[in-house]
Amino acid sequence: MIGLIQQLQRRTPLGWLQLSRERSRLLVALSGIAFADVLMFLQLGFQAALYDSNTRLSSALQTDIVLLSPKARSTQNLSTFSRRRLYQALDIEGVESAEPFYSNTVAWKNPQTRKETTIQIIGFDPDYPALDLPEVNQQLEKIKLPDTVLFDRGSRGDYAEAIAQIERGEKVTTEVERRTITLDGLFTLGASFGADGLLITSDQNFLFLFPRREAGSVSLGLIQVAPGADPVQVAAMIDAHLPDDVRVLTHEEYIEFEKAFWTTESPIGFIFGIGTAMAFVVGIVLVYQVLSTDVNAHLKEYATFKAMGYRNSYLLMVVFEEAIVLAFLGFIPGFILPIFIYQLAANATALPIGMTVSRAIYVFILTVIMCAISGTIATRKLQSADPADMF
Amino acid sequence: MQTLNSSVYPQNTDARLAAAVREPVIAAHQLSHFFGHGHLRKQVLFDIDLEINAGEIVLMTGPSGSGKTTLLTLIGGLRSAQTGSLRVLGQELCGASADTLTLARRQNGYIFQAHNLHGSLTALQNVKMGLELHAHFSWTEMIDRSVQMLEHVGLGDRIDYYPDDLSGGQKQRVAIARALVSHPKIVLADEPTAALDSKSGRDVVNLMQMLAKEQGCTILLVTHDNRILDIADRIVNMEDGKLSPNSV
Repeated sequence: MIGLIQQLQRRTPLGWLQLSRERSRLLVALSGIAFADVLMFLQLGFQAALYDSNTRLSSALQTDIVLLSPKARSTQNLSTFSRRRLYQALDIEGVESAEPFYSNTVAWKNPQTRKETTIQIIGFDPDYPALDLPEVNQQLEKIKLPDTVLFDRGSRGDYAEAIAQIERGEKVTTEVERRTITLDGLFTLGASFGADGLLITSDQNFLFLFPRREAGSVSLGLIQVAPGADPVQVAAMIDAHLPDDVRVLTHEEYIEFEKAFWTTESPIGFIFGIGTAMAFVVGIVLVYQVLSTDVNAHLKEYATFKAMGYRNSYLLMVVFEEAIVLAFLGFIPGFILPIFIYQLAANATALPIGMTVSRAIYVFILTVIMCAISGTIATRKLQSADPADMF
Repeated sequence: MQTLNSSVYPQNTDARLAAAVREPVIAAHQLSHFFGHGHLRKQVLFDIDLEINAGEIVLMTGPSGSGKTTLLTLIGGLRSAQTGSLRVLGQELCGASADTLTLARRQNGYIFQAHNLHGSLTALQNVKMGLELHAHFSWTEMIDRSVQMLEHVGLGDRIDYYPDDLSGGQKQRVAIARALVSHPKIVLADEPTAALDSKSGRDVVNLMQMLAKEQGCTILLVTHDNRILDIADRIVNMEDGKLSPNSV
């Protein structure tokens, strides 16, 4: 091992010298790698945004245990179960409160353009705040008024004017299910792939909007445990106590359930996975082109080194050295550019896209593997560097 | 100009003396070589017998395609010898493994018709590549020796030049420095003056002769060039794959 380090210390950094001497070739290689990295970062970024945005509402729930229908698939598609199960859950020791939570997607008229679009609407008892959002909880008095809702400022669509009006304190009205509703306040949660926006109102208003929904059919049950009680234990006890027509999950399990739906049930994870793989392949091809051109250009020199007594493994190392140098240098622009593109995408789509350390490490490892594969393919050309045939 | 006398490198002298007592540095017996396979198989070397002793300068002449370069590549270990016997520095190269050949190459300094310098390396770095093969040199030793060698070939003021910025003669001198910097026991040269004008060619050959005498190494030089025949201790002639001795 020490011998190897000594060997490396006395070695001429041939790969690096070859690359740095050919500036234009180096630039082509680096932009190719940066391009592949940017593509990978975007694909992975959108994929992460998908999972993050769809669990934002689930994560914001202020609850310890969630009851839901076994038919529920995601927050936009919750199905219903009987409110009786909530009252039954109150029998369990350690349960402090059990409140119903209503959710539905609905077509509403955009208050600004008057065009119909789909939005998610949730309802809960304003006396028991269901969300861990201080901005919402300060405005709960407003939604006690009939047909009054709070509007998500992060909704996707043309709402800038309506939001500005609400911020000035004006009341904006629009139409949902043939009822006129008033937007009387704003909060920030952000759009998701499942819903373009979110309205919050009281359980009473919610039931007025959907006359065919019974108060007894709830979407979720939000259970708070008594101080000092373990939610996992209490959830197990509730599960044992209640019949099978309702699922009992802790809050963490519910977020995981939501994530799992988007990972396995939607094609979106697959699509972004394909996108990342394609970027990876494009990167391999680009780097291979550059490396094989470089090997070809130096074939005669390599043959000379072989004639001097250098082994084939030495030349392999030179090509790999080039590959690794390219991976490191190409990653720098490939890492910086996406930070700005994420910013643009976040503004344009209202999705929570941003650079994360774990994704940067992941893409960096992919970049090194990418360059190593290209290097491996490029070394096949070294076979033709035979001094006996060349001189 | 500093003299690289042999007392600085005692281990080389001992080895050379021992070899000189034992046997010739290069000894070929009944060496034949074929190219191609099957019915395309063609014999290019016929029963070559050649002995070269330590310190000799031997020139090999002959028309194109007579097999001179083939013999040189066999002796240099660039190609595996097929039939007969070829002993170089006491090592049998006939039927030797690729690894043995690679190690054998490190004993030689090979000078090509083209300079074959690496375009991304400076003169100094190119020369240093000739030393990196030998694990016992430290970084500073390698730099010192390479600089010394370049000064020796008269390029002390060009050590940081890239090959593109050197003239043809200068490049060939760097190539010679690279071949000789590790003090090889044998120098093999394949028409080193072919690409040079007469004056540069003469300089290069004189330089080789001088360095070889200083280091006490053996030179086998393939050439067409009549102008340089005078440096030889012995001239051999190759024709149609057969070697005939030639009077000096």
